[in-house]
Amino acid sequence: MLLYLVRRLLYVIPIGLAVSAICFSLVFLAPGDPLSAVLPADASLELIEKLKADYGFDRPIPVQFGKWVARAVQGDLGISIATGRPVNSELARAISNTFVLAFFACSFGFTLGLVLGFIAGYWNGTWLDKVVTSLAVAGVSVPHYWLGMVLVIIFSVFFNWLPATGMGAGGSSEWAWDWEHLQFVILPAVTLSVIPTAIITRTVRALVADILSREFVTALIAKGLSDRGVFWHVVKNAAPTALAVMGIQLGYLLGGSILVETVFAWPGTGFLLSVAIFQRDLPLLQGTILFLALFFVFLNLLVDMVQTLLDPRIRRT
Amino acid sequence: MEPRAPDEPLVSVSDLTVRFSRTGQTIQAVNGVSFDLAPGEVLGVLGESGSGKSVTLRAMLRILPAHRSSVTGTIRVAGRDVLALSGAELEDYRGGTVSMIFQEPMLSFDPVFTIGQQIAESVRRHMKVDQQAARARALEMLDRVQIPSAKRRLDAYPHEMSGGMRQRAMIALALACKPKLLLADEPTTALDATVQIQILLLLRELQREFGMSVIFVTHDVGVAIEVADRIAVMYAGRIVETGSVREVIRTPRHPYTQGLLSSTVRGELRGQRIEAIPGSPPDLAAMPPGCAFAPRCKHARDECLRAVPGAVDVGGGHEARCVLLKLAA
Repeated sequence: MLLYLVRRLLYVIPIGLAVSAICFSLVFLAPGDPLSAVLPADASLELIEKLKADYGFDRPIPVQFGKWVARAVQGDLGISIATGRPVNSELARAISNTFVLAFFACSFGFTLGLVLGFIAGYWNGTWLDKVVTSLAVAGVSVPHYWLGMVLVIIFSVFFNWLPATGMGAGGSSEWAWDWEHLQFVILPAVTLSVIPTAIITRTVRALVADILSREFVTALIAKGLSDRGVFWHVVKNAAPTALAVMGIQLGYLLGGSILVETVFAWPGTGFLLSVAIFQRDLPLLQGTILFLALFFVFLNLLVDMVQTLLDPRIRRT
Repeated sequence: MEPRAPDEPLVSVSDLTVRFSRTGQTIQAVNGVSFDLAPGEVLGVLGESGSGKSVTLRAMLRILPAHRSSVTGTIRVAGRDVLALSGAELEDYRGGTVSMIFQEPMLSFDPVFTIGQQIAESVRRHMKVDQQAARARALEMLDRVQIPSAKRRLDAYPHEMSGGMRQRAMIALALACKPKLLLADEPTTALDATVQIQILLLLRELQREFGMSVIFVTHDVGVAIEVADRIAVMYAGRIVETGSVREVIRTPRHPYTQGLLSSTVRGELRGQRIEAIPGSPPDLAAMPPGCAFAPRCKHARDECLRAVPGAVDVGGGHEARCVLLKLAA
């Protein structure tokens, strides 16, 4: 197990390198010049050249990449061109904001998904199952930026119950655990949770229905276990797969949703990415993508670990 | 528990009928099965796939899917009306008074719990002891079913054991709470021949030691002869013949039993063609009004098609449901 852990951690290095090479070079494929966004239209040629040299954009791309990686390894992702602030601090704030949003979306979505999935699986084939399954299909099919706007129209515009955008009064992006701030998170969190809820519902429903149809459940009933006793067995059998799916969904949520964060002007990583793209802020863009990609790799590793602990059939040496 | 007369049989099943309903179709899996079983007696239920033998066992343990099946008739086990049990009483009955071993030991253990946990779970449920005592009992049972290095096997998962070993563990689980009746649903069918014999011998030995009654369902005539005191032959959801092993095997009275025995490979038949029964069993969704075997029977006459023949006792508790016997009597 320990050896497996070490090996999996070592895998992160080549994966990380490949990911960083891809996200570094991809942004160069896009048209547009990062400096044109910050320079005045009538800037002199010398000024452009000087700025290029300052940012290192005059070097060949492989050299730029090498320098970038060397600094990234030391935890320095460069300076944002648009704001002039370090990418690290921009990213840190966005990540903490996205985590807040993801925390609520997960708590809500995973709980609801598990409950609905178990209900549909236990009453497989009944009208209850059909209602839940239809809801889940609707959930994965609905575009969430559209849903976000509809929710805003209903709850902010029509009823005026909840704020439409931002994460605090007056455009503040400081989080606090009080109703003043909580009311801002409700609509984006609900919007963001719809797809994970639906996916988890469907996965858990299929899992539970499959487990309940297996012979060993009959054997458990035959040895005198109560419904509650059998339920515990179902949970433990469903857990590894359900956890893997939840882990992947958690990865998506923590990555931040560009669309949902943009619709609600939530200053998280998704919002940061869209800003960086539109401003051609290469260091910010590269840094954010790299962080998200590595985070995803790490999360997958974590899910693998937990799965191994839960399911004895997955033996890793 | 209700008081029970000393001469009352342990098990008394009468007119047991099981129907499965599926989208407008009703399948008559068991059609009026009746039998008694004395304490310590081993009944071998012989029949082909779909003859209702497994369904009979499952009905006796009340583990058929409740919403898709209907069970009528009476089942009395150890003085209790099984079909009237519910809630905690039913859970005490399952695994406590009566337990079951299944055909596929791989599929009948929960794959994510150890063998020891699964036996201990049952022990704790029925014997009301703590975790440690339950584990000790599990170890004792694994030893009892002759699993080598039982202590280590206690923490093994089902997938880490061989088929024969798993079936031994299944037997340990079933017998851990000292049931009065063991239901064995083709427990040796999924095993290879050498392991089959070992499991049969073990079951026979444990049955004598525990003094329990056993209903052993099989499609294998040889296995039934090996383990049973009495044999019941099932066809299309009915018991067509029943009697002591010796009587039924030596002088089968029902044409189906005769056909079943003559289609079994035995040493003396080497080089001869096996006499198979022509045709196939009836559709259980559309049972004929008369003898279900009549369409395949070479002795069939008009009378056979009219009504289900009653059981005729040919002496010594040997009964068969065939009109020919009534004519002879």
